[in-house]
Amino acid sequence: MSQIEGEKKLDLLITGVGGQGAILASDIIGKAAVVSGLPIRAAETHGMAQRGGSVVNHIRLGTDLGSMIPKKGADVLLALEPMEAVRYLDFLKDGGVIIVNTQPIIPVTVTSGLAKYPDVQEILDVLSEKYIVKAFNADELASEAGSRLAMNVAMVGAVSGYLPIPKEILIESVKALVPQKTIEINVRAFEMGRRKVEES
Amino acid sequence: MTTREYMLGNVAIARGLLEGGVQVATGYPGTPSSEIIDTLAARKDRDYYIEWSVNEKVAMEVAVGAAWAGVRAVVTMKHVGLNVAADPFMTLAYAGTKGGLIAIVADDPSCHSSQNEQDTRRYAQFALVPCFDPSTPQEAKDMLPYAFEFSEKFEIPVIFRPTTRISHGKSDIELGEIPTEKSAPHFEKLLDRWVMLPKNARPRHTHLLSIQQPMEDALAESPWNSLELKPDATFGVIGAGIASVYAKEALQELGLEASFLKIGTYPVPKKLILELLETVNAVLIFEELEPVVEEQVKMIAQEASLPVLIMGKTGGFVPREGELDISAFLEALNKAFDLDIEPQKRSIPLELAPRPPALCAGCSHRATFYSMRKVFGKDAVYPSDIGCYTLGIQSGTVETTLCMGSSISIASGLYHAGEKRPICCSIGDSTFFHTGMNSLLNAVFNKANITVTILDNRITAMTGHQPNPGVGFTVTGEKTVEVSLANLCRAMGAGSVVVVDPYNLEEIQEAFKAAKDFEGTSVVIAKQPCVISEKRAGIRRVPYIVDPEKCEGCKQCVKFGCPAIEFDEENKCAVITALCSGCGVCAQICKFEAIREVKR
Ligand code: SF4
Ligand code: SF4
Repeated sequence: MSQIEGEKKLDLLITGVGGQGAILASDIIGKAAVVSGLPIRAAETHGMAQRGGSVVNHIRLGTDLGSMIPKKGADVLLALEPMEAVRYLDFLKDGGVIIVNTQPIIPVTVTSGLAKYPDVQEILDVLSEKYIVKAFNADELASEAGSRLAMNVAMVGAVSGYLPIPKEILIESVKALVPQKTIEINVRAFEMGRRKVEES
Repeated sequence: MTTREYMLGNVAIARGLLEGGVQVATGYPGTPSSEIIDTLAARKDRDYYIEWSVNEKVAMEVAVGAAWAGVRAVVTMKHVGLNVAADPFMTLAYAGTKGGLIAIVADDPSCHSSQNEQDTRRYAQFALVPCFDPSTPQEAKDMLPYAFEFSEKFEIPVIFRPTTRISHGKSDIELGEIPTEKSAPHFEKLLDRWVMLPKNARPRHTHLLSIQQPMEDALAESPWNSLELKPDATFGVIGAGIASVYAKEALQELGLEASFLKIGTYPVPKKLILELLETVNAVLIFEELEPVVEEQVKMIAQEASLPVLIMGKTGGFVPREGELDISAFLEALNKAFDLDIEPQKRSIPLELAPRPPALCAGCSHRATFYSMRKVFGKDAVYPSDIGCYTLGIQSGTVETTLCMGSSISIASGLYHAGEKRPICCSIGDSTFFHTGMNSLLNAVFNKANITVTILDNRITAMTGHQPNPGVGFTVTGEKTVEVSLANLCRAMGAGSVVVVDPYNLEEIQEAFKAAKDFEGTSVVIAKQPCVISEKRAGIRRVPYIVDPEKCEGCKQCVKFGCPAIEFDEENKCAVITALCSGCGVCAQICKFEAIREVKR
């Protein structure tokens, strides 16, 4: 199902909210890339944005240049939160793939009445007009796997079919990076996420 | 076989320091520089001394002491930190060093987490010291052993200037060897070097000027600068530091025939610049922040009477503020050479809610600000400072943020200017130790009638939870004295000093009332550990829930702003989510007693 098969170059953008585990998700991919011998560059959000703010990670597989994906350059956008899928669309290629977790996280600007959260279905509809969208509730999927906290790993599983990295190496990388006690749950979440996208 | 590892730029920088044989490492935390010391401190097999100092000036001076004892030393900070350390640094350039000394000063174009965008290369020019400007995390790591050797060879401190994208970029890094042999410390009593009396300083200034050319020549030969001349190219591109990578990628994508000069060191490699200028009609200079290279190139072209068109920040081809990227380069190319490259922007098809960072659920700062606002009211003036608590701007109690430690002095200034409204400033524990102490001393001495709130969350939270003199342990987790903020403030002469628990709204509000009425400088210390460090220490509080039967939908708790409290519009009822850390403050705010602990 992967269109990039055979080619070892892929620009992936991971977006989400501080605290969702975007950095761990990108680290799993990064470590696996090194093991499989691919050059990798990545850039992540630190500092201010970590406290519940909007975060974006750039991951560039198969490049030895900079870590920042050019605008309209990303092949795949992995969004851990629906509104954050839209915020960084600038970076996605025309016709690119968006894998999105449909579970919203309401920002304080909305709870305090300063702004409105767009309707999730509307978000998906708008995205589907121009891009290939794979949407599912990854929080619920992770709960099924054993812990809501494994949402980020379920999302890595979901994107794994698009990555120029063998699945086994990605799973090894999951095992190496998640807390010892949660390995089983996380591997299950990974598999479930992967299946979700394969089946859709 | 070489080993490759996937690492954060700052971890790669720490590795480079190890490969360069660092013996003393100091710093003050500041994003994006903090993980360098954190990484060095976390190593189990340490054979170097390491500390978090109370501020950058102190950190610099400790590193200087080490370098004067002949060992290799590093001091780390963010760009604005060098302002604090500028005093010793400027004179250090005259005195020079014995052991290699690197000042790592991380710049933050676009102010990802800073109060300004200043360009550290200007400081290097100002102080007449060389500056290394890495373009990738790999290069950053490789440059450091070189920088130590360079520093020792010329007996001069050097600046190493990564930017946010280097420090917080990640990459596969090829590792080198870590040396096992290091020089033994020995302080040589060179009075004409270490005592900067005017009589000694004057000849050192002459000396400093005399080594500029030799340093430039050595750097021009270094691997950090490189020139690729394309035989048919009529125009050239000069890229500095990380900007060179963006330019290079864009040129590759477009397949343009342009000669390309990458610059990674200052003073700039004049020879290479001349070589480029002699072969092209026009150059575009791509560098972040200040037109440092551009000014040099213009001078070189003029001296050599070369009629080359030089384009960059002047003329508006490249923006002078903010972070650059590939799009910025393409735009600059378009403008400079009238190429017809398609713009890369698209409009976002939906209206999105902003998602600014906020204080964590259960953060004690929120409770303190809430009470402060209750007691001092809308009319009071609230100078504040730099740390997590700056996010309290959403509570309406952060009205100024200038630089580390300035809140108390600004409050004093407002008072002495004749401001009649009550003044309540806030400052974190680490910031207080950094430079707030001096300001408090001054406020007390000059009789400022203000209230100083020290937000003591027992850690330096914003930058990643580094210890400070108030917490009782050092960077390596070793036990040390736990300096009492209250005793310190009393020793400085503050008339009223109280320590309160901000989670207890009644207690802290009483304290604020008393402080407001106090004539003179009063101090309220709101003490409660940061929720993140508490969680890491394994302390769990019982979470709270809203009883939908009792909730009247008044939204008082929602207005408090804790991210764990949402409002269910359908049922007109507040809800507490899994984010709740169990501080219990919302339960005290709710008038209908609808919020209570989850029963076990
Ligand atoms: S990190 Fe600590 S101090 Fe900072 S907002 Fe969170 S709880 Fe508060
Ligand atoms: S007890 Fe209330 S204020 Fe405290 S963290 Fe939980 S929801 Fe937030």
